[in-house]
Amino acid sequence: MKKINFSLVALSAAVLFAMNSCKPKNAGNAVSAGAAEKAYVAPGHYDEFYNFVSGGFSGQVSVYGLPSGRLLRVIPVFSNDPQSGYGYSEETKPMLNTSHGSIPWDDQHHLALSQTNGEIDGRWIFANANNTPRVARIDLKTFNTTEIIELPNSAGNHSSPFITENTEYVVAGTRFSVPPDNVNGDVPINSYKQNFQGTISFIKVDKEHGGMDIAFQLNCPPVDFDLSHAGKGKSHGWFFFSCYNTEQANTLLEVNASQRDKDFIMAVNWKKAEEYLKAGKGKKIATKYVHNVYDEATQTAKSETKNEVTVLDVKELKDICYFIPCPKSPHGCDVDPTGEYIVGSGKLAALIPVFSFDKIQAAIAKKDYAGDYNGIPVIKYESALYGEVQKPGLGPLHTEFDGKGNAITSFFVSSEIVKWNIKDLKVIDRQPTFYSVGHLCIPGGDTKKPNAKYVIAYNKITKDRYLPTGPELNQSAQLYDISGDKMQLILDFPTTGEPHYAQAVSADLIKNNSVKFFKIDENKNPYVTKGEAASKVVREGNKVHVYMTAIRSHFVPDNIEGIKVGDEVYFHVTNLEQDWDIPHGFGIKGAPNAELLIMPGETRTLKWTPEKTGIIPIYCTDFCSALHQEMQGYVRVSPAGSNVPLLFSTGKNMPKTDSSQKK
Amino acid sequence: MKNKLKPINRLLVLICGLGLIAVLFTPIWRIDLDAPQYPEGLSLNIHANGLRGSVDIVNGLNHYIGMQTLHNENFIEFTVLPYLIGFFAALFIIVAIINRRKFLNFAFLLFVLFGIVAMIDFWKWEYNYGHNLSPDAPIKVPGMAYQPPLIGFKQLLNFGAYSIPDIGGWIFIGVGVILMLCVFTEFKKAKQKL
Repeated sequence: MKKINFSLVALSAAVLFAMNSCKPKNAGNAVSAGAAEKAYVAPGHYDEFYNFVSGGFSGQVSVYGLPSGRLLRVIPVFSNDPQSGYGYSEETKPMLNTSHGSIPWDDQHHLALSQTNGEIDGRWIFANANNTPRVARIDLKTFNTTEIIELPNSAGNHSSPFITENTEYVVAGTRFSVPPDNVNGDVPINSYKQNFQGTISFIKVDKEHGGMDIAFQLNCPPVDFDLSHAGKGKSHGWFFFSCYNTEQANTLLEVNASQRDKDFIMAVNWKKAEEYLKAGKGKKIATKYVHNVYDEATQTAKSETKNEVTVLDVKELKDICYFIPCPKSPHGCDVDPTGEYIVGSGKLAALIPVFSFDKIQAAIAKKDYAGDYNGIPVIKYESALYGEVQKPGLGPLHTEFDGKGNAITSFFVSSEIVKWNIKDLKVIDRQPTFYSVGHLCIPGGDTKKPNAKYVIAYNKITKDRYLPTGPELNQSAQLYDISGDKMQLILDFPTTGEPHYAQAVSADLIKNNSVKFFKIDENKNPYVTKGEAASKVVREGNKVHVYMTAIRSHFVPDNIEGIKVGDEVYFHVTNLEQDWDIPHGFGIKGAPNAELLIMPGETRTLKWTPEKTGIIPIYCTDFCSALHQEMQGYVRVSPAGSNVPLLFSTGKNMPKTDSSQKK
Repeated sequence: MKNKLKPINRLLVLICGLGLIAVLFTPIWRIDLDAPQYPEGLSLNIHANGLRGSVDIVNGLNHYIGMQTLHNENFIEFTVLPYLIGFFAALFIIVAIINRRKFLNFAFLLFVLFGIVAMIDFWKWEYNYGHNLSPDAPIKVPGMAYQPPLIGFKQLLNFGAYSIPDIGGWIFIGVGVILMLCVFTEFKKAKQKL
């Protein structure tokens, strides 16, 4: 009896153990051989691609090298940056100006590299600000943010900054419909349907210099515009915007905006809009928005407030906008390299619809409509549909293209990327991501010419991927080799901020144009000091301008006396170096703003208002040379109304010799 | 007649004269500098009329060890050198025109002398540049001088200095060698005739 009992226990234990080993293995181990070699970039060697990655709630843009995943730089865009002085120096303060005043932060979601003929041209990258609607342009010669334009009549600039194939326009679509700026916005929130409006902005980009200007806005029905992409090739002239909340809910959207079986993709014929604009059909309406431009010659940003914008009414001008039904709260709205296929990713849908540009055109020609939505024609779903990818995964979000007839879509809920063929709509491969991928990126994956060596998954959940750092973790990204049929995971790397969309481009298009330093002869900053002999301190009432130079390893002047409490002191520091990678920094004890980080040949200004008397040290914060630690000086602050004369020098203000020590 | 140059030598002397004109427009000497922080390298290029290349960067670096900064206006050489080279260019062209062996020998001797004096001058400048250090220099290494090599390689603290003739210098040397051959063959020819 006892024996039987024992064998029964042993048997059940064995069964339990066997069941446990049936549990699926942790997918985190799914790295195949040769991965390290593929992602390895030897020390001192360059990566093959630049990967520009949106910073999400950091407001900045980070730049990684691929395939190594090395972080190359974080570019300050919408958030101030005390380490470089961006947003703190007098030269860069205007960049963060808005119609709401200076804002030190934003939420940066999407990026678009400038294109010519549908291919990346490596000149600029555009970035959106989601919270206070803006679009920024970063110059890829200097990796500096050189322009920021605010968008009126908008809120939650999410479907932005997607661009047309020759960078004719950068678009901005509002996620939060709101009452337009020229009417009284003091209305009940639940009057959404009557009083709110969804605005799409078309920002014209100067061909030569990249300068931005709002060409026109479309006033659309109040919904949540989500993402967009321009047509290309045959569909050039059209833009596609996904939208959700066609229920027009204003509260508990989680439920109330998930009721309808289909929301929309809005097709915009922007060539038609241009015609109407030319024909004078636009209405100028009063508003207020700010345009900030950084002048590379004067190294100074200027902020200009604009007071009107031209609006085209899409209900009156009938043939600009068309709605295409798209299953269940579409998110990504992506156009394949040929321009024929538009992929809508319904976040809550169990399939991926692929629309055909030709069929859409035919449907419009035949007026094959299922009715209208707030005065905009709704094309019949079947008439626009090319086909559906069945059971692709759960929670499709975004699609990029490999240029070989395949698409790769990210799936948030099933935490995977799925490769499928556009023609036959069959799934080819699926690979897990770690965890819950949001956006994904193939170099040139949204252009006419993808360079499909890799796909990168930017995930929303990190958990156990790296050493833990307390509750707050960086995000995780995975790099997959997609040169073969199977996607192979080759690298896992942490990313800063919260990456959303990203762009990647062959390094050859960028690296040779990268500026090494600014030529001092071309520095037209009004406060430049070209040479130590020109340094000076000038008092104008209670304003004191210090024209200071920095060169290894001293400031001129480095001893300043005659500053008084309550003065406004402007340190205009010019870095005289003319060599690669010799920045100087400038810090002032007790200054309540930030430091300056001054590139060779550049002038930067830090404003300081001393509040108490005493000796204030100043020093170089960037380890510039063997004598960096000696690169320091003093400012003497005297009481208000003191008659200590204004004195400044370097190397002359020596201690008095003590006569008693003489022999 | 017997004093006349062989036609081939006459042509070579003419080429030498023209070659020296080219020297006026090419760098004569270069000092390449390499350091851990300068993987791309720095280069001082000596032209007949002045220094070019990474002069400002070198000046910026040298203040740590108290070396003087380099400025073209401090070198009488850069005023005189173009005239001297021009003079020799003209001299050889004239020798080719006059076509006399005696003139060739004279011109060659003068040229060699010029070469020697020039190299002595260069060495003296290098010595001065490397030894004449400011007493206030932040970095003083006892017994260390920073004289760049006249020709060849030398390690100076973190910098490796590599001094070699540049295009102009090689033309100059070539001119010397060709002239020597001319003088030699003319001498042999004259000896045979005796």
